[in-house]
Amino acid sequence: MRGALLIATKDLLGSLRDRSAILSAVIAPLALAFILSAALGNADEGSLDISFAVVDEDRGPVAEVFVGDVLGSLERQDVVNIREESSAASARRMARDGDIAAAFLIPSGFSDAVQSGDHVELSVLTDPSSDIGAQIATSIANGYATELNAVRASVGTALAVKGARPDPGAIRRLGRQAARAETPVAVAEAFVGSREFDTKTFFVAGMAVFFLFFTAQLGAVSLLRERREGTLARLLAAPLSRASILGGKALYTFVLGVGSLTVLVVSSQFLLEANWGDPIGVAALIIAGVFAAMGLQSLVATLAKNNEQAAGYGAVVGVTLGLLGGTFFPLSQAPGFILRLSFLTPHAWLMRGFGELSGGVAGVADVVPSLLALLAMGGVTGAIALMRSRSLVAVVAR
Amino acid sequence: MEREGATTTLDGDRTGGSVVLECRALSKSFGDRQAVRGVGFHIDQGETYGLLGPNGAGKTTAISMICGLLSRDGGEVFIEGARLDTKSKHTKAAIGYVPQELAIYPDLSARENLRFFGKLYGVPARELGSRIDDVLAITGLSDRADERTDGFSGGMKRRLNIGIGLLHRPRLLILDEPTVGVDPQSRNAILTNVEELSGEGMAVLYTTHYMEEAERLCDRVGIIDQGEIKAEGTRRELVAILGQRDRVSLQATGDIKRAAQEISHLPSVDSATDREGGLDLIVAEASHQLPRILQVAASTAQVTGVEVIEPDLEAVFLKLTGKALRD
Repeated sequence: MRGALLIATKDLLGSLRDRSAILSAVIAPLALAFILSAALGNADEGSLDISFAVVDEDRGPVAEVFVGDVLGSLERQDVVNIREESSAASARRMARDGDIAAAFLIPSGFSDAVQSGDHVELSVLTDPSSDIGAQIATSIANGYATELNAVRASVGTALAVKGARPDPGAIRRLGRQAARAETPVAVAEAFVGSREFDTKTFFVAGMAVFFLFFTAQLGAVSLLRERREGTLARLLAAPLSRASILGGKALYTFVLGVGSLTVLVVSSQFLLEANWGDPIGVAALIIAGVFAAMGLQSLVATLAKNNEQAAGYGAVVGVTLGLLGGTFFPLSQAPGFILRLSFLTPHAWLMRGFGELSGGVAGVADVVPSLLALLAMGGVTGAIALMRSRSLVAVVAR
Repeated sequence: MEREGATTTLDGDRTGGSVVLECRALSKSFGDRQAVRGVGFHIDQGETYGLLGPNGAGKTTAISMICGLLSRDGGEVFIEGARLDTKSKHTKAAIGYVPQELAIYPDLSARENLRFFGKLYGVPARELGSRIDDVLAITGLSDRADERTDGFSGGMKRRLNIGIGLLHRPRLLILDEPTVGVDPQSRNAILTNVEELSGEGMAVLYTTHYMEEAERLCDRVGIIDQGEIKAEGTRRELVAILGQRDRVSLQATGDIKRAAQEISHLPSVDSATDREGGLDLIVAEASHQLPRILQVAASTAQVTGVEVIEPDLEAVFLKLTGKALRD
């Protein structure tokens, strides 16, 4: 154990001096995450910077509900900006000039028509260059029209059942009751995959996981370098077991991997406002992720003849599994077969775990599947690597 | 005293000290190639033993088995009576190993390299600092102790490479061709260091393919070729193998190979080996035989120079193996 500690300390000292290890373990992922989130990070920031105009020529109760409750609620949530315009002509001009994405035109007599069951139109004027804004405006109007139609159907049904003559007062009363009634069928949102990160946290987590697999090969690569440069012969001649040499390299990689991920998590929280969630869950995922990465990359290194070849193989594996495992793009955007394949990679399980936690609600118990998958992957690949390590921890025969 | 293997062993001038290293019938194969066959020798306390042989003779493989780096196919190694194998941690601590390749960490300073290996070998913390200073002084690196070694010259790296082997005061110091690729000044410093260490009572195993180093440093020499020790003894004993024979060096041009073949058939010639620019011969009573030799040589080559050399280890090697050390 003492020998392993000495070797790990010596390698860590070397890594601190050799800036390339720090660069790939901490600086590069942080810088890339910063650049990617700066370029693409506004997608989930609440305000879409979309403005609508509304022209209320009716001023009746049904129009007030639409303007005050429906549109007003969206404005209070910072989803859209609403401007009230006095005339359809000015709203049309604004839409044409691109000042607004769409305009709602509520004609005079709209409320009376709705309440009496007559046909009436709620018009939506759209800016052709604003696809998203136009779609949102149309959806809002459709949603409100559907709601009104449902209320009207309820009132009609009630009157038909009573068989009475339509009385305007009764119609209004029934209308209010129908509007207050709870919707019998509600649509519930359910997640079939991992929860989604916010954009900044996604990129930081993605880059951290991606580069972890480069950091995780440093121990095995340094062992092969020691063999090539002759220092392994000196270690083998020392009063030291082979297990101590392997243990030292493993400890070095583990400390470097856990250390770099921890620095990334903490620094990104302050520098990029990343939201990682439950710290105990994050710590558990970091440890399991480093374990899995070490096992996989050690196995890859045992297939190589020298340190350069091992670094090359490790990079190919790291990039390929990183792409497949969703470190560059959310897996929810990938086709189904990619999503299924991704769960063969430790990257996907680690990203899934970080994704679960990043919502701020989940805890360690929620990432148990990810932890088990990572530990199993690390255990299997690490055991095979250990069995194959005999040729690695030996002098080159002459 | 006859030992294991096909070895000509001569009773040397023993130092009278206790045996530090005892090797018995070491053997090792790599695939079909038998790199070491039945190598056996011993080294006493304070004695310097040389393994003299050309590149590929099996010196490094033998040393790797003695240090516990390589497993053995056969044979045994004892350090001060304790059996050594690849897992003998305690026994390994008695050995100071200086590999042929530079085995130092380039991203650490000389002092940090020494401290790392000193701790690995269990040098007590209270002694480590003074031992490091001593070794830095012995190797002439005190002024550069805190500089990274990747900025060192080749000679400085070599000296540090040796210093690491000395740090924990081993009872047996094993140096595998420590002067290969070293400038003459550093080479002389290394040889002086080894002489001093032997004088302090350390047992030294020194491999080389330089005859001059073996003659200068070693109390006894084992001549190794093709994985076997062909003969061992003091320089005087080994040279005595030659009897009244001399080494004759001919400088010649023309068909040197054919000249060597024809000269080798002469009754007084033990061996005749062609080399670039001439021939090396082992000849009985060279002064009498030289005219006949020159006559035969002249039939296929033009002899431009003749030198009769006093018998040395090179001549012994030539006689025992039929080839020169540099082959």
